[in-house]
This record gives sequence, structure tokens and C-alpha cells, in this order.
Amino acid sequence: MSHAEGSYYLPEPSHWPLVGSIGLFLATGGFAYALTYGVDGALGNMTVSYIGLAIIIFMLFGWFGTVIKESMAGKYDSQVDSSFRMGMIWFILSEVMFFAAFFGALYYMRNFSVPWLGGEGNNAMTNAILHEGFQAVWPTNGPGNVGGDYEPMPATGLPLWNTIILLTSGATLTWAHHALKAGKNSQLVLGLFLTVVLGILFLSFQIYEYGHAYNDLNLKLTTGAYGTTFFMLTGFHGFHVFVGATMLVIMLFRAMKGHFTAEHHFAFEASAWYWHFVDVVWLGLFIFVYWLI
Amino acid sequence: MSDHPTGIKRWLFTTNHKDIGTMYLWFAFTMLFVGGAMAMVIRAELFEPGMQVVNPNFFNMMTTLHGLIMVFGAIMPAMVGFANWQVPLMIGAPDMALPRMNNWSFWILPFAAIMLVAPMFMGGDFMDGQGPAFGWTFYEPLSGQYDKLAFFIFAVHLLGFSSIMGAINIIATILNMRAPGMTLMKMPLFVWTWLITAFLLIAVMPVLAGVVTMMLTDKYFGTSFFDAAGGGDPVLFQHVFWFFGHPEVYIMILPAFGIVSQIIPTFARKPLFGYASMVYATAAIAFLSFIVWAHHMFTVGMPAAGELYFMYATVMIAVPTAVKVFNWTATMWKGSMTFEVPMLWAIAFVFLFTIGGFTGLMLGVVPVDFQYHDTYFVVAHFHYVLVTGALFAIIGGVYYWMPKWTGNMFDITLAKWHFWVSTISVNILFFPQHFLGLAGMPRRIPDYALQFAEFNQISSIGAFIFGGTQLLFLYIIIKCIKGGDKVSDEVWEDAKGLEWEVPSPAPYHTHVTPPTVK
Repeated sequence: MSHAEGSYYLPEPSHWPLVGSIGLFLATGGFAYALTYGVDGALGNMTVSYIGLAIIIFMLFGWFGTVIKESMAGKYDSQVDSSFRMGMIWFILSEVMFFAAFFGALYYMRNFSVPWLGGEGNNAMTNAILHEGFQAVWPTNGPGNVGGDYEPMPATGLPLWNTIILLTSGATLTWAHHALKAGKNSQLVLGLFLTVVLGILFLSFQIYEYGHAYNDLNLKLTTGAYGTTFFMLTGFHGFHVFVGATMLVIMLFRAMKGHFTAEHHFAFEASAWYWHFVDVVWLGLFIFVYWLI
Repeated sequence: MSDHPTGIKRWLFTTNHKDIGTMYLWFAFTMLFVGGAMAMVIRAELFEPGMQVVNPNFFNMMTTLHGLIMVFGAIMPAMVGFANWQVPLMIGAPDMALPRMNNWSFWILPFAAIMLVAPMFMGGDFMDGQGPAFGWTFYEPLSGQYDKLAFFIFAVHLLGFSSIMGAINIIATILNMRAPGMTLMKMPLFVWTWLITAFLLIAVMPVLAGVVTMMLTDKYFGTSFFDAAGGGDPVLFQHVFWFFGHPEVYIMILPAFGIVSQIIPTFARKPLFGYASMVYATAAIAFLSFIVWAHHMFTVGMPAAGELYFMYATVMIAVPTAVKVFNWTATMWKGSMTFEVPMLWAIAFVFLFTIGGFTGLMLGVVPVDFQYHDTYFVVAHFHYVLVTGALFAIIGGVYYWMPKWTGNMFDITLAKWHFWVSTISVNILFFPQHFLGLAGMPRRIPDYALQFAEFNQISSIGAFIFGGTQLLFLYIIIKCIKGGDKVSDEVWEDAKGLEWEVPSPAPYHTHVTPPTVK
């Protein structure tokens, strides 16, 4: 019930959360079914999972559509705005912790499990008896040579270009933000457009790099500890770039429709925060996954 | 009652913090009985040596699902239910900060619960145990052998998603929605403990999502996180899991501390002793919870320096915890004490939780833990902190606030029966388990040596009484909802706090115009 007497906007009952829950349930349950009941290691029937995914996308359009409508109708005061800001900040922090788990795994493998397999500490006999001849160096696919011989991905070349691209996209996005605050809508649209183009360029290079790794370097997700951490970290990052770019595309359309004012543009800021977060994660990746090998 | 929607849609689509809180509490109560029934199966099988009731795999499935359901299905949702009901009432807010997301946080839970238990009914003979049977800590590489692991993993993902959204909502509510004058250091302690708990949730639930994602890719996509052949390590699983798992135990107990810190001052008729130190102690416990995780893995083969560090860090937790116990006791000191039902549970909490705290200290000492690790001593320890700790605080909280929620006083005689039978039987249930563990009985086994028979029988008898008594709790709650002596707005004599200034039962919308706190 929305109340005239209280200033904080309380939304009417909404069916979108339940739709979202059903979507999540079908998407994950369907995927679990396909993973469990595939024949000969192949993925099983994914129909239910795709239906769930479609429901989630439908929900996102519906839910965010409602929020945009309410926002345009001026229902959100500065206190509601604060709630949204806190929500986004803490959501991004939870994402940071998700990446921290994988960075932690990389750290553990490089500093503990691989050296121990190589005989460090009190593990000399483990190395001599179980993993004879295994040298603890990074990158590695382990004493089992899991996935076969491979070449590591060099940091120079595409990864360096991708670093430059993402850093530049952060700058163009900030440029767009300044334009927004100064009320220059065409410059805002241009800045957002450039950011999205750079994001897509980044993703294209990433896809090309994966192809190169699989076809030319024999570097795969299944290439032991190195392949595991390389693809899981860059893969999750790439997915987050995709999500961030999608958010920015929506902001671009909304900017073209003139939705944002110099005072009220939280959706833009939230997307920008997310984009900068993705940017910072990439710097960590570039240093620890590509550079320091 | 025409000011709110009616019928099923009221519950499915609601954006009202009281409705959502009610749903959380009923969900938790349902799961308490589901998980409790599993505990009854466990205790029935352990009543005598030998195999009588179920086969070993089914037994393992019971211990696994009992733990997971109680942690993620009963204790955590019950605490979130309290937060939903009480935080807006206690800080003078009209509702939670993000009401639609609040609905989503709840409505993911039933689907996650279905996903968790569904494999029990998928293919094969039910009595062979088709569900997860690798312990609630789901250690690799054992869990990686389970053929329906993906369902378990996605259930955990959904639970984490729900918890993170719930935590974000609670933080935004507490930091952004307080009534004018309600400064941080005037907030009721329950609100403080939940604020700190919500930070813990946001920090560690994503790590849990991370570790189950690693399990997923290891099993289905050929990664090597936990495979030594590829340079990984099964012990890595334990590190990442317990980085989540240790803060998780504080996620379950900190709101319990908060509830007890509300109840004791009311019935001692004194303000909480050492309010500021309570806040700092809560924050200190939360901080320490991040740097002690490997005390769950002392016997796994860590370097001696690691063992020493984690031992010292762990034992440090005793300091802020002791501050709390001291403050509760000092609050009662020379108070005008009366022993209403919520106070009985709170006092039992202080006594019995402290027993669990002491056994925790014993387990934190490395050479001692080498003896106790994976024995029934550990089972006794964490059931003292989670059952007589977290659950007792939850039950006490229900008795404390239920009159405000329903407008009716519960049946006091029955509630006292509930308290005394529960408190006596829970000790019959768990206290002998200390002796079993000290004598060397391992946890998670369906059969045992003859020497353990007597204490197991005593423990099982306590379990059946304790489990059965909770049906009385259900009856008391239903009776209270249906009617009873009308209570005043204040409910308890001279109770302090904004929640006692709104009418009883609390109307559908409260604090629509924020009150001013002096």
C-alpha cells in the first residue's frame, strides 16, 4: 500500500519476485537435470533450463520496467534513492567476495598445493614416492600432466590490449557521467556508446583469445591447475563484463530517451559502479593470472 | 481487516515486512519439524548398537540433510523472520527498505528446499538413500562421488542468493530507515547484532557459492580445484568451505545474542549492562570469525605454524564472548527479576550456551582437538551452541514478541511445561554425548561398539522427549494465534523500545509517520 502520509515509497504487492523464483528454480533445476541425466557424459535435455532462463529475462524486463516507471513518475524521494545506493554497493561487495574465493584458490594452488606436491616443507617423500620428478613451477597442469602438454597464455599481446581497452572504457564512462551532471545529453549518449563499443571489443578479443588457447596452445579448462584458474577467473570476469555491458546498453537507450536528469540518474551510476568494479577485477586478473607467471 | 489484500495472493505477492516475517517464521518452523524428524531417525538407529531402522547410506543421508535443513532451513530463516518483523518496529521504520526484494528473498527459499530434498525421491529404492549423504560439510572428494550433486549445488546457490538479498535489505533498512533521533548507539541490541550479521552474510555467502561452483566444474567440466593430479588439493575445499563456515556459525548465533539482550533487561527491569561493550564485542566476534576458519581442520595436516596461529586466534574469541556473558549476568545482578516465560528461555540460554562455549574452547586447543576431532564431543559442542543457544533464543524470542504480533497472551502454563520439559530433555539428549566423544565414539556412524550403548540410549530417550515436546510448542502457537487474554500495547511490565509503543496486535502498517526518539 502506498501511503500519502508517509514519504517513503512502499510498493504495492508484486508478482515479479515469485516469477523470478520460478524462473530460477526451472533454470537451475533444469540444468541440474541435464547434468545428471546426460548420456555418456553429454549434457542432457536443457529445455526446462532454457524455459527458466526465458522466465528470468521476462521477469527482469517486467521488474525493472516497473521500477523505471515508478522512478519516472517521481515516486522515489532521496531516502529511497539512498536505499538503492546501499543495495548496489553491498551487492557489488558480495560480487567482490565471490571473486575473492577464486583468487584465493589461485593463491592457495600457487603458494601451497603445487609447492607441496613438488616436495616443499615436510612433503619430500610425497614428492619422491607419489609424484616422482614433478617440479613445482607455475604455470602447471600438475603431476598428472592433466590435459596434456600446453603453452601458457602470454601477458603481452591481446591481454595487454584488453587491459588498455577496459581502462579506456572506464575513462569514457566517467566522461559520460560528467556530461550527465553538466546536462549535456548528446555527450552522455556518445560517452555511453563508446563505452559499450569498447566493452564489446573486449569481449570479442576474449572470445578470440579462448579460441587461440584451445586451438593453438592446447590450453583448456581441463588443463590442470593453470587451465582451471585461467578459465574460471577470466570466464567469470567475462560474464560480468557481459552483464555490465548489458546494463550500459540499457542506460544508453534510456539516455537516448532522455530519462536522466543531472540530479536523478541512479540507474546510470549503479551501472557505472558495476563497470568500474569489473574493471578493477580485470586489473587483478591481468597481474595474477597473466603477468606473474 | 480490509487494509490489506486477502487470500493466497496476500502471501505470494506481499511487500509487507510483517507478512514476510510471518512466512519466514512458519517456513523455519516447518523445516524444524522436517529436520527434527530426521534427527529422530538418527537417534532411533543409534538407540542400540547394530543396524535396526535404516541402512548406513540412508543414515548418512539423514545426518547430512538434518544438518543442512536445520542450518539453512530452520535457524537462519527464523532469524531473518525476526529481523523482518522486529527491525522496522524497533527502529521506527514504515517497512523494510526494499520491500519487493524482501519478498523475493523469502520466495526463493521454498524452491531451494525442494531442490535440496528432491533427489531423495529420484530413482532407485527410497530406503537406499538417494539424497546427498556426505555430511553437511560436503567435503571433497567424497561429495564429488555423488551422482546427483548438481541438484545439491544449485540448492546451495539459491539459498545463498536468498541470504545475500535478505542481508542487503537488512543493512539498507538499518542504515537508512531509522526514525529521527535513533542514532546508531541508541539502537536496540537486536538491531545491532543483525546489522553485523548481515555484513557477515554478504561477505561469506558468495564464498560458499564460489566453493560449490568449484565442485560443479570439478565434477562436470573437468577442472582440477580439488584434484592433486592437476595441481589442486582436496584440502583447498576445506579452506574455502570453512572460510564461509566459521562466520556462518556466528551468523546463526549473533542474532540469538541480540534476542537474549532484549529479553533479559525487560525482566530484570534494568537497562542492558555495558551496552557499548556489547556492540563492540559483537563486532569483535564478527571480525575474529574471518581469521579462525582452519580450527575446523586441525587434523588435516597443516604446517605447525598454521596450527599455532589458528589456535591462538580461536581462543581469542573467548574474550568478547565472555564480555557478553558477563554483561547478561551483570544486567540481572540486583535487578527486580521476574521469571516470565521468555526470561526462562533467556536464562537457560545463558547457562547452556556457555557450556557450549567452554567445550568450544577445549576444541580450539590443537593437541586436545587431535583427540576430540570428529567425535561425539564435537556433536555435543555444536548442539549446545545451536540448540540450547540459537534455538532456545529463537523460542524465547517467539514467546517475547508473539503477544505483540497476535495481540493475545499465550497459554502460560503450557509454555512453562514446554520450557521445563525441553530444558531437561535437551540436557538428557546432548550432555551424555560429551562422554561418548571423550570415550572415542566417532560422529556420523550408524553403528557403534557395545561400550557406547548406555549413553546412546539415554541420549536417544532425551531426543524423543525433546522432539515430541516441540509439538506442544506448535499447539501453544496456534492456540495463541486463535485467541487468548488480550495484552496491552506494552505487553510486558515496563518494557522499553519502540515495538512496545505500537498497538497490540501490531497493525498491518506501523510507524507510517516516523516516531521521534529522544
